[in-house]
Amino acid sequence: MSTATTSGTGTSSTGTTQEVRHAKPPRSGVILTAAAWVIGILFALPVLWMILTSLHSENDAAKNPPDFFAPLSLDGYRSFFDAGPWPPLLNSLTASVLSTILVLLLAFPAAYALSIRPVKKWTDVLFFFLSTKMLPIVAGILPLYLFAQKVGLLDNIWWLILLYTSMNLPIAVWMLRSFLAEVPVEMLEAASVDGASLTRTLKDIVAPVVMPGIASAALICFIFSWNELLLARVLTSTVAGTAPVFLTGFVTSQGLFLAKVCAASFVVSLPVLAAGFAAQDKLVQGLSMGAVK
Amino acid sequence: MSSTTATRTGTDTARPPAPSKALQRSGDWARRAPLLPALIFTILMTQLPFVATIVISFMNWNAYYPDERGFAGVDNFARVFTDTNTRKAVWVTILLTVSVVLICLVLGLGIALLLDRKFRGQGIVRTMMITPFLIVPVAAALLWKHALYNPEYGLFNGLLKTVFGDNAPQPDWITNNPLAAIIAALVWQWTPFMMLILLAGLQSRPLDVVEAARIDGANAWQIFTNMTLPHLRQYIELSGLLGAIYVVQNFDHVFTITSGGLGTANLPYFIYQTFYTAQDYGRASAAGVVVVIGTIIIATAALRTAFSLFKEDS
Repeated sequence: MSTATTSGTGTSSTGTTQEVRHAKPPRSGVILTAAAWVIGILFALPVLWMILTSLHSENDAAKNPPDFFAPLSLDGYRSFFDAGPWPPLLNSLTASVLSTILVLLLAFPAAYALSIRPVKKWTDVLFFFLSTKMLPIVAGILPLYLFAQKVGLLDNIWWLILLYTSMNLPIAVWMLRSFLAEVPVEMLEAASVDGASLTRTLKDIVAPVVMPGIASAALICFIFSWNELLLARVLTSTVAGTAPVFLTGFVTSQGLFLAKVCAASFVVSLPVLAAGFAAQDKLVQGLSMGAVK
Repeated sequence: MSSTTATRTGTDTARPPAPSKALQRSGDWARRAPLLPALIFTILMTQLPFVATIVISFMNWNAYYPDERGFAGVDNFARVFTDTNTRKAVWVTILLTVSVVLICLVLGLGIALLLDRKFRGQGIVRTMMITPFLIVPVAAALLWKHALYNPEYGLFNGLLKTVFGDNAPQPDWITNNPLAAIIAALVWQWTPFMMLILLAGLQSRPLDVVEAARIDGANAWQIFTNMTLPHLRQYIELSGLLGAIYVVQNFDHVFTITSGGLGTANLPYFIYQTFYTAQDYGRASAAGVVVVIGTIIIATAALRTAFSLFKEDS
């Protein structure tokens, strides 16, 4: 088990990983730990820089070379909140929360019909849902715009809510299906023998087993809706504009704006950061559409 | 704890057959009922707009000239295929997607291997690693454009000055390498995504088999290539497929960092511009149809991969 000599190069360090787990040769272990820390810090660095810059005055933020220890200031946040971010933030919240609820209401029974009491050709249906994710939104955006224009749904948050629902529904169907597939069938049979209704079966037996799946689906649907820009940019303006749309219009001003932009970016990302950090394992399940549990 | 999915049995999970035909038929509809709302909603919201796009793609329709609206035949398609900007957009889309997905996969695999061992601060490093993915994409693009790339006060040139003094080179990152600038920002956001899926794959590896192989005299490299990589294959395919689905549609970064300028307009941005700025509805729709056909070709292959992926059972 002498791997210490090979631990420099990329390929062998991957092998060393396994050695370390069992034998722990001290030197290569230290190198690998250091490498992990360095890479982690490098990936987090832009975000840390964003937070630090947001806490500097505009003048200090624009300095080159940068003044890392400039006095802290809340001016960036002040000018962000003076620019009227609350309506867009509330719009984003409304669109994300309501579309997530709609997605779950539609996806849960559908997933049930694709797993526990499957319809015929359920795999085809499942892959139809996935295939809609592969069609680029941009190819259907013009009719969506013209329709909204015709029926007066332009700049209406409900149109975005419906579109976000359709955008995230396939992900939720896939995810909930993979969780429902693990519900013990005996419990369901016992319930049907006892004469329990469909809704009762769903509520009392199925839901508790798949609660983690519902949480993951909700998390990922919320994040994707909160992040969405293209549809919101085309279909909304002053009334129903969401936070990402607000951000894109934020850099038009003259003069220094770096601290302000960093503060805005941080505030808008905060809900996603909080939700993602709080539920890291749910994040993995959600991202893999339930394939990885 | 982590099993890859899904299909527990074959194509049609045959439950005990229903006693009579009539009963079975009513049973069929009882089975379908919970599915229908989601299915109908999806068809209405995703398929119907595409049908409309196909219709408009054969029309001469520019919102700036409402009187000239009419049937255009295949003119829009002819213009889409002969236009150098469109062809360029196709090429940019392919280049962007392939390079981002490949770089993210390689980086994500390396980092997942580094994190798949016990060490001090493992949780903190993992948390730092996923941070980029939790920044709203527009915010991330703004961050890279203004706080990192900006030639006068961005962090990159700032660090160059801090390290090399006042005579340090101060390149204009975006103007010099516009596409690479977008790729780097996207790689930063999507590597954590790949890493998380691959790490979950690594942690589901049966360690007793690895242990047995080690006792039989397999070295670390042999274990990696013969056991770890084959086990990871489906996780690599899954993260590559999902990553491609999201990156191919990227609009936020192109829109924010270069506004499609400097030869970085990908298809989503190109169509957005044709429809939203130029108001050429016919041509935008024709481009949209071309995108969909291209996507179907690629997606059929990808779906087949996904299919084998999700059907494979432990």
